[in-house]
Amino acid sequence: MANSKRTLKGAEIVWECLIREGVETVFGYPGGAILPVYDALADYSDRIHHVLVRHEQGAAHMADGYARASGKVGVAMATSGPGAVNLITGMATAMMDSSPMVCITGQVPTNVLGSDAFQETDITGATLPVTKHSYLVMEVDSLANVIREAFYIARTGRPGPVLIDIPKDVQNDVTELDYPTDPIDLPGYHPPEQATDEEVAAVLELINGADRPLVLSGHGVLMSGARDALIAIIEKADIPVTTTLLGNDSLPHSHPLNLGMMGMHGNASANHAIQEADLIIACGMRFDDRVTGKLKTYSPNSRKIHIDIDASELNKNVRVDVAINADLATVLAQIKPGVKQRKRTEWLKTIQAWQKDATQRDVLQLESETLLGAQVIRSICDHIPDDALIVTDVGQHQMLEAQYYSHEQPHTLITSGGLGTMGFGFPAAIGASFHRADREIWAIVGDGGFQMTLHELGTAVQEQANVKIAIINNGYLGMVRQWQQMFYNAHYAETPISSPDYMKLAEAYGVPGYRVDRREDIEPTLKGARRHRGPVLIEFVVEQHEMVYPMVPAGADLHKMIRRPHPEETSV
Amino acid sequence: MKQVLVALVEDKPGVLNRIASLFRRRNFNIESIVAGHSETPGTSRITIATDEEEHLRRNIIRHNLLKLINVIDVVDVTDRPCVIREQALIKVRADGSIRGEVGDLVKIYRARIVDVSTASLIVEVTGEPDKIDSLIEVLTPFGVVEIMRTGKVAMIRGAVNSSDQEEVIRWKNGNGRNHKQAKK
Repeated sequence: MANSKRTLKGAEIVWECLIREGVETVFGYPGGAILPVYDALADYSDRIHHVLVRHEQGAAHMADGYARASGKVGVAMATSGPGAVNLITGMATAMMDSSPMVCITGQVPTNVLGSDAFQETDITGATLPVTKHSYLVMEVDSLANVIREAFYIARTGRPGPVLIDIPKDVQNDVTELDYPTDPIDLPGYHPPEQATDEEVAAVLELINGADRPLVLSGHGVLMSGARDALIAIIEKADIPVTTTLLGNDSLPHSHPLNLGMMGMHGNASANHAIQEADLIIACGMRFDDRVTGKLKTYSPNSRKIHIDIDASELNKNVRVDVAINADLATVLAQIKPGVKQRKRTEWLKTIQAWQKDATQRDVLQLESETLLGAQVIRSICDHIPDDALIVTDVGQHQMLEAQYYSHEQPHTLITSGGLGTMGFGFPAAIGASFHRADREIWAIVGDGGFQMTLHELGTAVQEQANVKIAIINNGYLGMVRQWQQMFYNAHYAETPISSPDYMKLAEAYGVPGYRVDRREDIEPTLKGARRHRGPVLIEFVVEQHEMVYPMVPAGADLHKMIRRPHPEETSV
Repeated sequence: MKQVLVALVEDKPGVLNRIASLFRRRNFNIESIVAGHSETPGTSRITIATDEEEHLRRNIIRHNLLKLINVIDVVDVTDRPCVIREQALIKVRADGSIRGEVGDLVKIYRARIVDVSTASLIVEVTGEPDKIDSLIEVLTPFGVVEIMRTGKVAMIRGAVNSSDQEEVIRWKNGNGRNHKQAKK
């Protein structure tokens, strides 16, 4: 490592600091106002790999995907103005899903700041609502400390994106880099740690006294590393668990106490369990409207415990009896010894009856001429290893993935939950591939979302990113079409969408391409694709009018799901 | 009763913007916001008045403010004994014939006339917002030309500091700690 004091340009300090933060990969796109930083890259390219994207939005999603796959902070870089604003979709996505990310943007020189100079945008102002924090660095002396703080803020507490905007003259200015080594102490930032004794006692009293308890397991279970503690507690106390979309891999799918996903397209049994429970134990989740349905009728007869690292989430949507602002893994370790061993057979039997009904309505039970999205996803699940990483886009295929892909291992799913960003999946998968090049990664995307960011094929090919792209092509913006069918009199306004010839597209980019439209071709194609290292594109041509069931209409009671008709009801 | 929050914040560029942006984004309404230097160099104290009546919503507002990195501490003083003051300048249309009458009213309110011209005068008044409302009401018949109000400033009564002083001292001494108990 370097000596303690060296005279460096701001641009060099950027790379020095990134290296000290353990950054190995940066996703970015050069431009005028960030040129000094790019000029300095050559001296550091043996330690940091820069991935040239095709659009800055791709850089942000890749940094996000990398962060979610690795648990480290993802870094995206762009120039001022258009480059910076193109990152915003990615920052908003990361903000909603609590993904640690640092975005570094160039800015016009300080002497013209505020003058509407060429490619000037007030990016710190524009990104206020979609960043955890942001910095405009006005002097080179503060740069190293800003970068250090930014990484600290991005990865601690409830993680999120942090923006560092650096004017061009600050990148060129020279200073003595005296890298700070004292612990970071921000007066207004202290992530919470543990629960108080009173809180632990209150939680234990509720858990040990409940007959129909239910754990809601969210993204926070994975982020705080609380999965093992959670499993130990639910097994000891025989408590069933339902997961959020981002918590879908927070418990093995095959675990007998796992009811699967809750919410709008969640399992009917999970939603019924929420409504019938006498105790809700919400762990690292935030009662998003997509999981609660109508708040007034949400789990009406239960006491509620909510444990979250973000105090502003407590009592925000759902009023709870015990609200604990602390690190989840710490709290679960605190309560574990006091949780009484107990069987809850009656409660589990009730739930099993709901599950049986759901199995009978399963789309996989149906005979179909055409290929169904659910079949494709179940087949992918059956043919790839448990530790493979699935990255989805947004829409019907995303919900089908959540329903039909069995995640046995943690950190095997990346998806845009809170923001629901179409176009996220493919670049996020590319980003994730830089964490572990040997990992099998599948980007499962729809034909609509893929076309939003398919230009990143260029990046995937240039980097030979090991990503298998499975396009679930139904020729529609399927989820919007589903809403139109259900709530807008089947008035399919602007939802039929054409696609390019994906085989020619694959050829143009020089990647192997496969088209599958028959059930029997799924397996051999998957096998062929898996043998190939680097990007592969598979187009699955599926049934156009497939619906995702069950569905809780927006704002409806959680238990009033629209169900796929029971086979006995339809056998006419 | 309307909500009054007293926040201690780092004196850095854009902090007021972050707070204002937060209120807009979260759909909370700011009734008034007043900022100025505090007793600790490098920090400012801000009094924020909101129209939120509901207890849990008030708590959410406070926790959202605390989430801002540059916000050191926030105390909800709504239900605590505190002094709340506002200052106003009121320009009244008044020629020589009614100046005396206005002057008598101003005395009753313990306000002051701080500027006199041939056709108008400026009244300076400090007090609880109700008192200012009341003075404006009685001056209105004379013809109010312009009103400038500062918004509320608040301070808890007694020897306590409105902010978590222990936290401020620790920060100045460079000792971080788990802030949890203080923030609750």
